[in-house]
Amino acid sequence: MSMEHSAQRLKGRVAFVSGGLRGIGLACAERFLAEGAEVVLSDLDAEDSATATEVMAKLGQAASYVSANVAKEEDWVRAVALVKERHGKCHILVNNAGIDLTGPVEDLTMEGWRRIMSVNVDGVFLGTKHFVPMMAESGKDFRGGSSIINVSSIMGLVGMNEVSAYNASKGAVRLFTKGIAIEFAHKKTPIRANSLHPGFVETPLLKAGFQRWVDQGFAEKSDDLVAGVVGSTPIGRLAQPSELASAAFFLASDDSSYMTGAELVIDGGWTAQ
Amino acid sequence: MAGRLEGKVALVTGGTTGIGAAAVRRLSAEGAKVYFTGSKEEPARALCDETGATFSKLRVQDAAGWPGLIDEIIAAHGRLDVAFANAGTESGDGSIEDVGLEGWNNIVAVNQTGVMLTVQNAILGMKRNPEGPVGSIIINSSMNATRPLGNYVAYSVTKAAVCALAKSAAVYCGQKKYKIRVNAILPGVVETPLITQIMNAQPDPAAARAMYEGMAPMGRMAQIDEISGLVAYLASDEAGFISGAEIAIDGATTAGMMGV
Ligand SMILES: NC(=O)c1ccc[n+]([C@@H]2O[C@H](COP(=O)([O-])OP(=O)(O)OC[C@H]3O[C@@H](n4cnc5c(N)ncnc54)[C@H](O)[C@@H]3O)[C@@H](O)[C@H]2O)c1
Repeated sequence: MSMEHSAQRLKGRVAFVSGGLRGIGLACAERFLAEGAEVVLSDLDAEDSATATEVMAKLGQAASYVSANVAKEEDWVRAVALVKERHGKCHILVNNAGIDLTGPVEDLTMEGWRRIMSVNVDGVFLGTKHFVPMMAESGKDFRGGSSIINVSSIMGLVGMNEVSAYNASKGAVRLFTKGIAIEFAHKKTPIRANSLHPGFVETPLLKAGFQRWVDQGFAEKSDDLVAGVVGSTPIGRLAQPSELASAAFFLASDDSSYMTGAELVIDGGWTAQ
Repeated sequence: MAGRLEGKVALVTGGTTGIGAAAVRRLSAEGAKVYFTGSKEEPARALCDETGATFSKLRVQDAAGWPGLIDEIIAAHGRLDVAFANAGTESGDGSIEDVGLEGWNNIVAVNQTGVMLTVQNAILGMKRNPEGPVGSIIINSSMNATRPLGNYVAYSVTKAAVCALAKSAAVYCGQKKYKIRVNAILPGVVETPLITQIMNAQPDPAAARAMYEGMAPMGRMAQIDEISGLVAYLASDEAGFISGAEIAIDGATTAGMMGV
């Protein structure tokens, strides 16, 4: 018991977070580091870019960065090789990188559709596929095994006006997660897999998405959209990225050792009403 | 994260054995002052000695007894932050064809009315907190809310009902601007003393155990302390944006089919 309660509850573990330079991914990386894990994060930015340099300086020695596009298989192969070389292990994978796409279905382009599917769906598949062998081995180290945390969305649970492509991509993440969870459990592979379903989180993605709606004339200013979302959320505010990170931490830790194939909805009651 | 629940006061119903007792231990270990109810006085006393928690003998369906318990908690500690509505029964249950009215009524009284009274009285207690209505309420439903059992109709129905209750209460608290969160957890088969007893009473206990273990794709039952990690997380401020959620904790049992 005492182990569970001391801080640094991820000591001795290695985590990989995709899309880790901003938003929810960055918050997850920070939390895992605070709990004593070593973290490798990926994102699109070049390794010597200003953003990557700045974030990595802040995260410190236990973190490292690899520039990798989640939609490209060769990038995953490179990322996995780097984790193997640097740490020899991986216990936690957060498939977090994601993009959005909105608009009336008849106006969506095939390129736009392919692009969101390639990041949000192919990215989760490829990350899982390439990390599973290492995670299966590392999972023997801890009671709760290894843990894959796939970031879906409340939009993976319910449909929304002019969000069909994003809905489809996040719905795919939800069921892909259940599929692999059953597969690992059935084979006694020590990897758990669960999906996270954030509601409206105050991140660059949300801000950019709202700005796009303003540009398209849906609202006068982004603050009006925020007020609308807050007003329709029972808890009456946006989520902070750290609140998604604490959920990811719970799913990564041995405290969730019997949880697999489950959905953790963190939406301030939005889908309950 | 020692002391994640430091300064908080928690109530656990049905806390004398099984999942409830594990929750009493965990919430206490994380720093909460814990009250628990139940019917078995012997194990209750031992648990109080072990954890420093306080036992109060209340049947959850006893509407008249509730205000007194809440008063007692607030008199002792000045507040209430966490309620784990855990007490439940399947005694007297059967299939839709053979369940008796007495069995049905008993299960509805404990699992459904009892949970309603727990949530209602917890909210009334939490409204008396000095800084206004704040708290976290966790309802122990079951995976049988979404996977009903053919020979336990009342149990399945009441466990589904309390999921709707959690959502209704969560939405209501939002409307009233109470900072009170309400969630339901849906455990799979947990190796509680009750299950152990059932297994051991079978002609072939080993076969019975294998049957229970085989229910989850994970190939084992949950241990009681594997549920309390989720309870403690939901009780804490770390879960501040989680409300109205149903959370399965079942080794992938409800995630789908195991296949061939
Ligand atoms: N913000 C919300 O309200 C919200 C709600 C529900 C779900 N989500 C999901 O959470 C996840 C993170 O979202 P966020 O809000 O933190 O977004 P964000 O845009 O702030 O961060 C996402 C990160 O992913 C990176 N990324 C994008 N495409 C990539 C690619 N092909 N390869 C590698 N990295 C890539 C971005 O550069 C960025 O750093 C996404 O999957 C998103 O769909 C967000």
